[in-house]
Amino acid sequence: MSLFNKTLAIAALALTAALAQASGGVQLDRAPLRFDNASLQSGAKTFVNYCLNCHGASALRYNRLTQIGLTEQQIKDNLMFTADKIGEQMKVAIRSDDAKRWFGAAPPDLSVIARARASGDGSGADWLYTYLRQFYRDDSRPTGWNNVIFPGVGMPHALWNLQGVQEARFVEKDDGHGNKVKHLEGLELVQPGLLTKEEYDEEVANLVSFLTWMGEPAQETRRQLGWAVLAVLGVLAVLSWMLKKAFWKDVH
Amino acid sequence: MIDSKMLAEKGQQLLGWVDDRFPLTSTYKAHLSEYYAPKNFNFWYFFGSLALLVLVLQIVTGIFLVMHYKPDASLNSAGIPVAFASVEYIMRDVPGGWIIRYMHSTGASMFFVVVYLHMFRGLLYGSYRKPRELIWLFGIAIFLCLMAEAFFGYLLPWGQMSFWGAQVIVNLFAAIPVIGPDLSIFIRGDFVVSDATLNRFFAFHVIAIPLVLLGLVAAHLVALHEVGSNNPDGVEIKKHKDANGIPLDGIPFHPYYTVKDIFGVCVFLIVFATIIFFAPEGGGYFLEYNNFFPADPLKTPPHIAPVWYFTPFYSILRATTSDFMWALGALVAITGGLAILTSKCKPVKAVAAVVTLGALGAFVLIEAKVWGVVLMGGSVMVIGLLPWLDQSPVKSIRYKGGLYKSILAVWVVCFVILGYLGVQPPSPIGNLVSQICSWLYLAFFAFMPWYSRLDKTKAEPERVTSK
Amino acid sequence: MSDHKLDASAGGASFCACSLDSSRRTLLAATAGVGAVAAAGVAVPFVASFTPSERAKAAGAPVEVDLSKLQPGEKMTVEWQGKPVWVLRRTPEMLAVLKEGADKLVDPESQAAQQPAYVKGIERAINPEYFVCIGICTHLGCSPSDKLKAGAESGMGAEWKGGFLCPCHGSQFDLAGRVFKAMPAPTNLVIPPHTYLSETRLLIGEDSKGA
Repeated sequence: MSLFNKTLAIAALALTAALAQASGGVQLDRAPLRFDNASLQSGAKTFVNYCLNCHGASALRYNRLTQIGLTEQQIKDNLMFTADKIGEQMKVAIRSDDAKRWFGAAPPDLSVIARARASGDGSGADWLYTYLRQFYRDDSRPTGWNNVIFPGVGMPHALWNLQGVQEARFVEKDDGHGNKVKHLEGLELVQPGLLTKEEYDEEVANLVSFLTWMGEPAQETRRQLGWAVLAVLGVLAVLSWMLKKAFWKDVH
Repeated sequence: MIDSKMLAEKGQQLLGWVDDRFPLTSTYKAHLSEYYAPKNFNFWYFFGSLALLVLVLQIVTGIFLVMHYKPDASLNSAGIPVAFASVEYIMRDVPGGWIIRYMHSTGASMFFVVVYLHMFRGLLYGSYRKPRELIWLFGIAIFLCLMAEAFFGYLLPWGQMSFWGAQVIVNLFAAIPVIGPDLSIFIRGDFVVSDATLNRFFAFHVIAIPLVLLGLVAAHLVALHEVGSNNPDGVEIKKHKDANGIPLDGIPFHPYYTVKDIFGVCVFLIVFATIIFFAPEGGGYFLEYNNFFPADPLKTPPHIAPVWYFTPFYSILRATTSDFMWALGALVAITGGLAILTSKCKPVKAVAAVVTLGALGAFVLIEAKVWGVVLMGGSVMVIGLLPWLDQSPVKSIRYKGGLYKSILAVWVVCFVILGYLGVQPPSPIGNLVSQICSWLYLAFFAFMPWYSRLDKTKAEPERVTSK
Repeated sequence: MSDHKLDASAGGASFCACSLDSSRRTLLAATAGVGAVAAAGVAVPFVASFTPSERAKAAGAPVEVDLSKLQPGEKMTVEWQGKPVWVLRRTPEMLAVLKEGADKLVDPESQAAQQPAYVKGIERAINPEYFVCIGICTHLGCSPSDKLKAGAESGMGAEWKGGFLCPCHGSQFDLAGRVFKAMPAPTNLVIPPHTYLSETRLLIGEDSKGA
């Protein structure tokens, strides 16, 4: 079967080589995810205060937040502004067709946004972490805001009073066909916000951690359970191998 | 002591009562304890029983998902399609729901992994050759059903990939001349993929196709047990029997292969559980990221590709452009020419000539888009012709010569590359490579009657060899 | 392996699943045991998926009721866990009636566990003025109709002291949900857990914190 093995090796090689040059979209920063309760609670607070006004999280029930260490009373007192029952879903007050009329497009529900935004360039969390830190002033846009990795974004910078105002620096570049094109070099903070850059990055990291948790609240349980399942299956595999040996000893 | 003796006696009586009315013991003997399978099965022979296991898993998890899933494209109060929301409801609100859903979504991909390996086993050891042609044809029918089942099921989460995947595939039928456009509307039941489409796909996915699939699996197994299993040496164990008429190289399926398959199942479940618990998205290949956006009929995602198990055939579809038709024409002309030159029988020569000229004429008259659809379907169906295309004097790869082995190796590489290119966005180089690979994929089948004869084979042994 | 033959013990018809030597027996038992554990584990999510989901639990969460607008002699119905829960504000006359005719009732003292322990006595209420119960007949689950007024006015005959009549099989209950004798319903109407948050705010579905 050496020929077959060679074939497989060639195929695998071709595949990895191809995969290596596959992506090549936008450059994403790695999101420093933290799944401890304090970070997730801080993220939840930012989410409720800044995002939930327009974006729903209709798959998430308020009482699910007990999973990140909050009591039902804490949730009721600090995080529930639009709902009155702890088992209700995180919905926005505005109806989606109204929102569509006002903003042009309904602000998407964010329940699984951290899963939807994953791509070959990085995880959904990486995308969100980069996106929320790369808004800049652009007077050509109706909202006055634009985004490096989401050009023409419909959403204004919701966290601008925290981050401050960034402006984009462009340089003229040759596009290889003799044409000059504007190329985005970087962002410059022209008006500081309430937070320093480090504080803002941390705030966004917590928010993105929360969004990631929210995308699949069972994920921690899933991984923990996984080890137990593998342990049982491992034992079973060893036993069944020995059983097979015991039966096959008289087949020659 | 007395009790156990009495119990055993009672048990025997009960069994006798049943056997007088239902062939329990005889069925057990015929298909398990006295079904003699070759003793030299290797690694590749695990995948048949694993396919059966995954089928059962899919049916059981599917039944439980249907209890909570809602095939409804209308929007709920939060503006999310009900079907999409019901999947997240299963993932969060239903106790144990996420495990069941991940088992089903991972099971879909693993089904294809297992079935592709199972089919490749047949290819390696000539399991399709006489007298197992019908087993092979039932198997191809199962594979087609499985593709239909996966396609219908993929619409149900009602995400962006669900929606646009269905849109593109249904529109393939629009390529059929004359009736095409009306046919695609008929399939959708609407002018776009809509609630009507979702509901009929749901019906096909949960009941129609599974019923056909179960029937075909039964036929596949009955046919197998009628002629007996092939083996890695490709020699018939029924040629050498002992005084009792039992094959000398055969061992009863139970307990030998049942215990062996249990071990295979355990190893498989370890892989399966690893995916479910640690990588349920399968890197975006098992659950595509874009499918976490609810279906939006007004916005196509920037890059849409079918799920990985369809991509080799999807690549062939994409490769079929008007310039590829020349290469295809050449393939048909060479095959037809070879048939006319090498056939000793006059009517065959005449048929070959007519078919070749007819095909070439049709290539000129009908546009390439149609041929893309035909080739995509044909590239699956042609696998079913292997029993008649393979003219080698030996069955197993072990005794085939370098020519055949090299060609098979090239074919496998082409298949993998086609699969890879199918998930990539179209590019000029990618298209050229996929055209070359598509041509080679088809040539593997088209030229098989000749190169399988030319191949310098080794002598098959009389009896099976171990390991 | 060079020898392609099966040895004698494994040859042909002498093959037998019952040839279980001790090592096979031990391993079979061990594998079956661990396999049973694994199978039970697999069954857990499937069985669990039959229990009420978070949505059902949210819909069945305790319900707060404002009693300030309820007039004496009136009844209101609130939904809790998808079931009708009645709150009847009883007049002194209504309460007086409960003390009579214990011999006509199946369980006048509410001995059977059809109510939380803190609901005692013939009034079957924390506060006798407000009678809270699940408006579902204990026979086969229909919701009884109001026959609150005493006498012929309710269409129940002149002897009627006020209560409820199940439209399905005619079970009759008094104004404390106690079933009359010789009726299809075997027991008194069920009283849900409930507690008063204040004088006029009632919480249905939860016991008081201290209780």
